[in-house]
Amino acid sequence: MTVSRILIRGGRILDPQSGRDERADLLIEDGRVAALGQGLPVEGAQLLDAAGRWVVPGFVDMHSHLREPGQEYKEDIGSGGRAAVAGGFTAVACMANTHPVNDDPAMTDYILDRARHDSPARVYPVAAATKGLKGEVMTEMAALVQAGAVAFSDDGKTIMDSGVMRRVLEYSTLVGVPVITHAEDRTLVGDGVLNEGPVATRLGLPGNPAIAEVVHVARDLALAEFTSAHLHVAHVSTAQAVELIRRARERGVNATAEVAPHHLVLTDEAAQGYDTNAKVAPPLRSVADRDACRAGLADGTLDAIATDHAPHAQHEKELDFTEAPPGMIGFETAAAVTLELVRAGLLSPLEWVRRLSTNPARILARPGGSLAQGALADVTLVDPERVWRYDPAKGFSKSRNSPWAGAELTGRVVATLVGGRLVFDVERGVLV
Amino acid sequence: MIGRDLLGIEDLERDDIVRILDTAEHMVEIGERAVKKVPTLRGRTIVNLFFESSTRTRASFEIAGKRLSADVVNFSPSSSSLKKAESILDTARTLDAMDPDAVVVRHAVAGVPKRIADVLAAPVINAGDGAHEHPTQALLDCFTVRREKGRLDGLTVAIVGDILHSRVARSDIYAFSKLGAEVRVAAPPTMIPHGIETLGVKAYTSLREALDGADVVMALRIQTERLTGAYFPSVREYSATFGIDRAKLRFAKDDAIVMHPGPVNRGVELSHDLADHRPSVILDQVRNGVALRMAVLYLFAGRPGAVRRVRTLPDAPLGM
Repeated sequence: MTVSRILIRGGRILDPQSGRDERADLLIEDGRVAALGQGLPVEGAQLLDAAGRWVVPGFVDMHSHLREPGQEYKEDIGSGGRAAVAGGFTAVACMANTHPVNDDPAMTDYILDRARHDSPARVYPVAAATKGLKGEVMTEMAALVQAGAVAFSDDGKTIMDSGVMRRVLEYSTLVGVPVITHAEDRTLVGDGVLNEGPVATRLGLPGNPAIAEVVHVARDLALAEFTSAHLHVAHVSTAQAVELIRRARERGVNATAEVAPHHLVLTDEAAQGYDTNAKVAPPLRSVADRDACRAGLADGTLDAIATDHAPHAQHEKELDFTEAPPGMIGFETAAAVTLELVRAGLLSPLEWVRRLSTNPARILARPGGSLAQGALADVTLVDPERVWRYDPAKGFSKSRNSPWAGAELTGRVVATLVGGRLVFDVERGVLV
Repeated sequence: MIGRDLLGIEDLERDDIVRILDTAEHMVEIGERAVKKVPTLRGRTIVNLFFESSTRTRASFEIAGKRLSADVVNFSPSSSSLKKAESILDTARTLDAMDPDAVVVRHAVAGVPKRIADVLAAPVINAGDGAHEHPTQALLDCFTVRREKGRLDGLTVAIVGDILHSRVARSDIYAFSKLGAEVRVAAPPTMIPHGIETLGVKAYTSLREALDGADVVMALRIQTERLTGAYFPSVREYSATFGIDRAKLRFAKDDAIVMHPGPVNRGVELSHDLADHRPSVILDQVRNGVALRMAVLYLFAGRPGAVRRVRTLPDAPLGM
């Protein structure tokens, strides 16, 4: 039997699981990490030169929208998966707001089947918490988990009925997977499309107040505390929500949280000129909120960086600011834009990798996030110094709705391996 | 130097505003002639692109254009024909292919004129976008006050009403401030937008304090259907607390004037009496509006020798 061998040579190994941060070779055999060390044998191995590069466990994105089935003009599981590996993500969780909704084991099955055929990245379906995302009747959680669902969420269709949310959280303890909340009180959001504050006032756009998130995070943390369920707070965007989560965790509440790259590096000023690519839910916030999110990520209150990759077609983003759908694509820019936090000294390289890989894998209870011997060889190579200009038209997503279109970014994913197979190389593109 | 488009007062320098007002002074005289027409914009096409209906503003722009001999075309995509799913930029590109010399845009959503200007070769004049700006209204307001008071510098202007949803309030704040007036806004707290003080105004929830020493009292239209119950309890309570009548006007200076961008809800934001009599100058605002818009069209649509870009569809990328 032939053994497939890849030797990643001379890179800086960053493995948050073991805490290793050292120059070493990484040997992969048959899709798993075989050895880590100096001067590993070369015989019969495909060589990957990693000099000057970071060698890290593949990124895991807890939050994305792959749009299949139903909106394949925006994205499909194949194009989304290719964009994911081009951004260093070896696994992505996809939200349930497809058409039809992923609220049934057959749909979860279908998504996983498409993923096996079309996607170079692993795909982890997040199933709806309630049927049709209507916030009324809970889904068959046991059957969905058996089919492969990794979490439950109604995402953007926030469950407003507190009684329903309580039962969803309570019942989820039966299956032991997290319930992900998109915490925005819709009655407080109203018709708001941009963070309520001086920028929205100047632009004359209806404001979506920070308090809409804060009130809902407070409610869901209280319900999580009451039910002992695992609550995961999606895309935290406000200073007060960060503080609420910090305090709840100190009390021992079983809560985890993620933050999106755009909430870490952009503010509502990005909507100047009415750029609908800067319209997202929850909205880009104030400088103080952004800084609190950064601090929360640095001190571990926010466990994970998750993209909320949300593709929309150009004609949809050409609608007026109130009608244009919220969301931005993020797979291919996430690593580059969040490296700014490493350069700013807020995160060590190791902690940065932990939030992009180890923590999200742990929260979803999936393999990955580790370069230990025997671990799945999902590996990403990052050139932290490489300067490049992002052009969504040359990217792998079907959509182009990025606020970083045309921006010069520093730091780039240069290679991605999934299960020991090289699926992306920056010079050659996606290889599957 | 005035830019290509008139999207908002925020973008204008003080000198730009003064130049527009001075130009409007010349236009007033044309409107007083027996034959109210000059050939200045002959052969030029001005499109009134009104996504949101507004009989008054559209008529004012149309009369202004015709007095300057422009060919004025009204294009009002109704909400039924322009489905929500149709891109505003598609409409703009279609219009652009007809080579207008200027496009006057009104839309219920903030930012639409700006985004249309981004794809259009012709200058765009904002005739009101959402709660963003209504620059020609603010300019005609300043023009009216200057004609009444002889100056703007050092005056105190109190804007009363639904500041939250008002494009007129924002444009007035910029315009009066840039011309040296002190601007105050007054409303129930539910209708004062967050961060309004960053625009350089002081916000009041006491009408009496806001009006104290004011030279100009600007009452804004209250959309009673949409706001009653959600932003204030009842029309009766609103008019009792923030409606301007002669008794409340006594808080202001003795020679204060009363203004309103129209149309007035009589007995709500203004008493019947004030809507029809001095010191209100509402009809002067309307009359001055035509002269002011003539000045704007002259300055923005009448530039000689503008080189036009000819636009056609690009070739499709290989493989499409």
